[in-house]
Amino acid sequence: MTAPTSAPAPDLSPAPGAVPLPRMIAAQAGYELRATLRNGEQLLLTLVIPVVLLTLFSATSLLDLGPGRRVDFLAPGVLALAVMSTAFTGQAIGTGFERRYGVLKRLGATPLPRAGLIAAKTAAVVLVEAVQAVVIAAVALALGWHPHGNPLPVVALLLLGTAAFSGFGLLMAGTLRAEATLAAANLVYVLLLAVGGVVFPLEKFPAGVRSALELLPISALADGLRQVLQHGAALPGKPLLVLAAWAVAGLALAARFFRWE
Amino acid sequence: MAPPGDPAVELDALVKRYGAATALDGLTLRAARGEVTALLGPNGAGKTTAIEICEGYRRADAGTVRVLGADPAAGGRDLKARVGVMPQSGGVPGTARAGEFLRLVASFHRAPLDPAALLARLGLTEHARTPFRRLSGGQQQRLSLAVAVVGRPELVFLDEPTTGLDPQARHATWELVEGLRAAGVAVVLTTHHMEEAERLADRVVIVDHGRVVAEGSPAELTGAERQLRFRARPGLGLEELLTALPAGSAAKESPAGHYLVEGDVRPELLATVTAWCASHGVLAEDLRIERRTLEDVFLELTGRELRG
Repeated sequence: MTAPTSAPAPDLSPAPGAVPLPRMIAAQAGYELRATLRNGEQLLLTLVIPVVLLTLFSATSLLDLGPGRRVDFLAPGVLALAVMSTAFTGQAIGTGFERRYGVLKRLGATPLPRAGLIAAKTAAVVLVEAVQAVVIAAVALALGWHPHGNPLPVVALLLLGTAAFSGFGLLMAGTLRAEATLAAANLVYVLLLAVGGVVFPLEKFPAGVRSALELLPISALADGLRQVLQHGAALPGKPLLVLAAWAVAGLALAARFFRWE
Repeated sequence: MAPPGDPAVELDALVKRYGAATALDGLTLRAARGEVTALLGPNGAGKTTAIEICEGYRRADAGTVRVLGADPAAGGRDLKARVGVMPQSGGVPGTARAGEFLRLVASFHRAPLDPAALLARLGLTEHARTPFRRLSGGQQQRLSLAVAVVGRPELVFLDEPTTGLDPQARHATWELVEGLRAAGVAVVLTTHHMEEAERLADRVVIVDHGRVVAEGSPAELTGAERQLRFRARPGLGLEELLTALPAGSAAKESPAGHYLVEGDVRPELLATVTAWCASHGVLAEDLRIERRTLEDVFLELTGRELRG
């Protein structure tokens, strides 16, 4: 250890005061973004797995994806997966451990209000998703992707999907033990990847099962993005409604049951 | 800002129960600006609960709480900017680098201390880029202290600030606490270290079973009472000595060969003891007259060792 007393004495006289809320949120969001981008496991989940799935199944015929260019089917599904990995899985695990290690409690003692912390987390999630979208779109375009449609419903789908997945991610983080959240969030990720129409078409499932699976948030997001980006639909009504319902339910449950410590 | 001496913390008859267990049982205390108030007590005495109520983490079941004149449970942003908090452990993300987290919390405040200077002051400069989980326990404690004071608060709560620190790091922490006091900050800390309370505290509040059992300056608590100790051969009969001593004195041998005389220790009493030794042909070794320590006071009040 260096000799602590050699440093000049800081002026410890009181001068308290908080900066305006938007500055606090920006600082916290910047921290959260840096923390996500340097976390190797997070990057595996948010970037590596989506890009590998996109490349592998576009470039090979391992999966029967129905008629049309393979990448046109896969790119919207992988974008949906990217949203889920960041808003749900990453956020649930990260926030769960912050709660476990008293980080949420400690931040609660700073001038940053809880609503500000949630706003900062949301901003960081959206920024990470933007990075994911750019990378996935670039890879897809390189693989011959021809997206169609209007960007507005795409943005609406992505935001509603983010809200829905964030709600349930925070609900899990704020109610379960951190280890349970880690296990459950990864399990949900794998299950929804398998049965949510991300890379395996829902058409392969029996009709009854399929109509149930279409109500999952991941299926609604993947299907809605496909309706617009693959088929040029103007307004994917049913997926938007399904996502809105999940968003309202998830955020309401999280607001009601989230425990800060 | 309120003048020095104005109470920074006022707790009146606080009660807090967790199920059947009573953590606080009518706790009342004051902490003044420009003073260090030490809450002293065994584990489970209610110290941390009291501090967490002051911080607004918990609500009392009964009683009143005023922190800098406000209700901490209302959780106002302005109040939080004026109060620094160092929890007993953790509170920093494991992957956050020490300097990074300190700068983050500093950025919430209008006129924070320079994070780099604060790290230097606490001997953490070379660990500024180390993730929190790779810091030693003592380094984590010091970072946590830095986070509590970086916003230049009027009042700080330090929950066991030096537990697990090596002597040099403890010294750096004590110096910072003394600097805070000199700057007019109200410091409320919990500790089980007698030496820490005796060295740092202007006021010591002894807490047991959720109640204040004694309070005052260390000198007031240890009082005018002194005791006399010496070593001699074991098994000296003390009855004769007791009859020679003033009424109200006590003498005992514990352990064998170690003698303790308590009572109104005046020059006459010392003369009586040495005369008695001389009459037995005994040379009293290591003879000394001590004030009672806080440890002794605590043992008397609670019947328990503080660090038991």
